[in-house]
Formats: sequence, C-alpha cells, structure tokens
Amino acid sequence: MPERPVYLNLLRIHLPVSGWVSILHRLSGGLLFLAVPFGVWGLSQSLSDEAGFDRVANWLGHPLAKLFMLILVWAFAHHLFAGLRHLALDAHWGLDPKHARRSSITVLLASGLVVLLFARKLFI
Amino acid sequence: MKAASGSHTGTGVWLLQRATALLLALALPGLGIYFLAAQPTDYAGWQSLFEPLGMRVLMLLTVAALALHAWVGMRDIFMDYVRPTGLRLVLLLAVIVTLAGSVAWLAAIMFNPAMWGTA
Repeated sequence: MPERPVYLNLLRIHLPVSGWVSILHRLSGGLLFLAVPFGVWGLSQSLSDEAGFDRVANWLGHPLAKLFMLILVWAFAHHLFAGLRHLALDAHWGLDPKHARRSSITVLLASGLVVLLFARKLFI
Repeated sequence: MKAASGSHTGTGVWLLQRATALLLALALPGLGIYFLAAQPTDYAGWQSLFEPLGMRVLMLLTVAALALHAWVGMRDIFMDYVRPTGLRLVLLLAVIVTLAGSVAWLAAIMFNPAMWGTA
C-alpha cells in the first residue's frame, strides 16, 4: 500500500449538516426502494378478500410493524423534503452556504415533525 | 449542455429522475391524504376506495413513475459505491426485476377482472 493520507474513519469525518441531509437522502431512498415490493404485497393481500384485509390489519397492529412503518414515514418525509431542496438547488436557489445550511436544518426538523405526528397517531 | 436524449448520455436519465420526482411529490402525498382521510375500517370500505377507474389508473401511473425514479436512484448508488462491474450489473438487474415485477403485480391487482369487472 502506498503511503498516503487516508481518512476513512467514519467517526472522525466531520460532515456539515448539508452533508448529512445528502447522505440520509440516499439512505432513505434505498429504504423506500426495499419497501416497494412489500407495499404491493400488502396491497395484494388486503384487497384479496375479507380474511386478507383482516390479516394485514392484524399485522399492522403489531408494535414491530408500527416501528417499521414509522421508519418508512421518516424515510419518505426526509426523502421528499431533501429532494425538494435538491430541486431548488438545481435551480440555483439557496446555493450560498448560509441558506444551504438553513434549508438543511429545516429539512431535518420538518421530517422529525412528521415522524412525531405519525408516532402520536400510531402509538397513542 | 448535451442533448437530453439519446444513448451514452446521463442527461436524459437525470431529467427523468427530476421529472418523476415532481410527479411523485404531488401524487404520493395526495394519495396518502386520500387514504388517511377515508380511514377504512373494513374490507368493503377499503375496496371501495379503489372502485373508481381513475383511482386505479392513478395508482398504476404513480407506481410506474416510482419504479423509474427508484431505478435511477439505485443506479446512482451502485455507480458510486459498487466497484466490481459484474456485481454492479447483477445488483442493477435485481433492482430492475424487483421494480418491473412490482409494477406488473400492481397492474394485475388494479385491473383484476374478477374483482373490478371489465370496466
């Protein structure tokens, strides 16, 4: 191996907040992709007949299923808000560091708020 | 700037990702609000939400746009993080099979003559 500085210790890499929004946009997108076939499967079961509907309703009532749903709600909210932010950046809107940082924090807070609202609906 | 179509250019794919992003940003929250507002508690109520033909067409178009969008996104992820070409192609093929299968499956559900009639 050549002697060169390699900084791949993820714990030591300091990402600016817009970097976190960006990497979480990828992560949430990957999660949402994985959810697609399960979503179609659930739709197929729930629309097949009454027993199928009751089965899916039963599954979704399970605390673990609710946790998965909450994770997917976060993934969708974050992916949507961060995606709209990227579209704005494509149009050269909010490119300067101050606004880019502010919009990143807004994305994180807005998706957090959506998660809280759904958590209240699911668990209370 | 390159032309937004033709082979050996990423611009068309980039544009496809943005166009489907806009569609999905409108359709998915709309569908979500529609389902949450209806809150069906039984099978009959749930099924009746999909009774209108327009609703089933919208579902299929939305998931088709989702499949195209997810294909571009997963392709970007693999191009950035998966170095070996063979593995990258296998993964991309798995993504395409999963997405195309999901769209075909949804079409079979939404346009099942036994459930919705032939309309």
